[in-house]
Amino acid sequence: MPKRVGMEVSIGASEAVRLANVDAIAAYPITPQTHIVEHLSEFVANGELDAEFIPVESEHSAMSVCCGTSAAGARTFTCTSSQGLALMTEIVFIASAMQLPIVMILANRSLSGPLSIWNDHTDVMLVRDCGWIQAFGENGQEIFDLTLAAFKIAEDHRVVLPFMVNMDGFILSHVIEPIEILDQETVDKFLPPFKPVYRLDPDNPVTMGAFAMPDLYTETKKYQDERLKASLPVIEEIWKEYGDLTGRYYHPVETYKAEGAKTLFITMGSFGETASTAVDTMREEGEAVGLCKIRLWRPFPYEAFWNAMKGVENLIVIDRATSYGGPGGPVASEIRSALYTMENPPKVVDFIAGLAGRDVAPGDYKAMYKRAQERIASGDIAGYEIYGVRE
Amino acid sequence: MKPVDQMTWKDLNIGCVITEAGNAAQYKSGDWRSMRPVWDKDRCIQCGVCYIYCPDAAIYKTEDNYFEADLYYCKGCGICVKECITGAIRLVEEEE
Repeated sequence: MPKRVGMEVSIGASEAVRLANVDAIAAYPITPQTHIVEHLSEFVANGELDAEFIPVESEHSAMSVCCGTSAAGARTFTCTSSQGLALMTEIVFIASAMQLPIVMILANRSLSGPLSIWNDHTDVMLVRDCGWIQAFGENGQEIFDLTLAAFKIAEDHRVVLPFMVNMDGFILSHVIEPIEILDQETVDKFLPPFKPVYRLDPDNPVTMGAFAMPDLYTETKKYQDERLKASLPVIEEIWKEYGDLTGRYYHPVETYKAEGAKTLFITMGSFGETASTAVDTMREEGEAVGLCKIRLWRPFPYEAFWNAMKGVENLIVIDRATSYGGPGGPVASEIRSALYTMENPPKVVDFIAGLAGRDVAPGDYKAMYKRAQERIASGDIAGYEIYGVRE
Repeated sequence: MKPVDQMTWKDLNIGCVITEAGNAAQYKSGDWRSMRPVWDKDRCIQCGVCYIYCPDAAIYKTEDNYFEADLYYCKGCGICVKECITGAIRLVEEEE
């Protein structure tokens, strides 16, 4: 039985990458992802991980190298944050179009400006439409588990897509938590060696990343969309398999005390933990409130989401990014869109909160709940409100 | 492989990989042409400068040692016309 050990979540994430026995790592250090890169480079330098660690001059180069190593048939890992993701964005889209099963941890951080190194989700929302599988972890154990499972999902021949594990910067990356690290034997049973469908091989030449004229580009995009959507049952299957192995089961949409709840908070990432604490308190005070956590952001798990919405009257969405001049934060916009075809859909109140590391404590959930009740009572639920802003 | 304009999304490979080597040769770049090169055999000295300069290697030598363009690939760029030492090549409008 593996034991739980207190360690920084970044180190736990690095342990998952080591146990996955990756062949290539190309990354550029950026706060708050730095400890992962540092730790992995130590593993390679100490001979604890037999991989190529490729230091690069930028994140654009990091993702370019990752595309190359993955295309050559190497199990490939990278990680970044914020501005680093912005710089590599051009190649992020290419990795998914070329179906290179790279695994990336994104230590979520706000985008400049103003310059900020703290946590929110503006970086991941920048690449919402990049075609990667995108999942969120709530604590250190989840980041470890999701990262290990990500390799198996990404490389499955029914999927073959890059996988992005979102981990809140600082709130997770720099915090010491008890994490259960699996032993190598267990991991090897779960995760087989990477067998690419196609790879760069002089004896069996193929063309990767070819040009598409207007008479074919539309078909390539339809194909990419169908591939991403078709990954959903495989993700569920592999998370189930991981659960059977470890006792820790993951689902695209997870709820907490949702039974009998009239109002649900919707969160992604580490906010789920604080929201659970807030829900516990509010439940004790007699409020019919629960929590719905969206673990899988892409492909969006519509069926699971609709199932979680049955009998729910109100939703309070906590967005951690702004869509300036738009209809709401990115999560609320998608939620409203997903609810459009539902009969008697719940009302949606959207709060943008926790930008760039501003704390959202259990009391803040209570305050948002109260404010949401007022807005619903007055019929004023359009748009969004930036919670806690000084007027 | 099907012609590109008949392929459906289901005909694509993982990552849109192309498994058939050299199939760019199937691409009819001659469709781009609005002008066609025509050789005047009375002026041609069979030097092959047009053959050397053609950026698409679309000019070939005929059995009687003159030169012609392979109209499947010739884009009508006119480089052969510009480079011909004796002025033996001219561009004529494609009628259709």
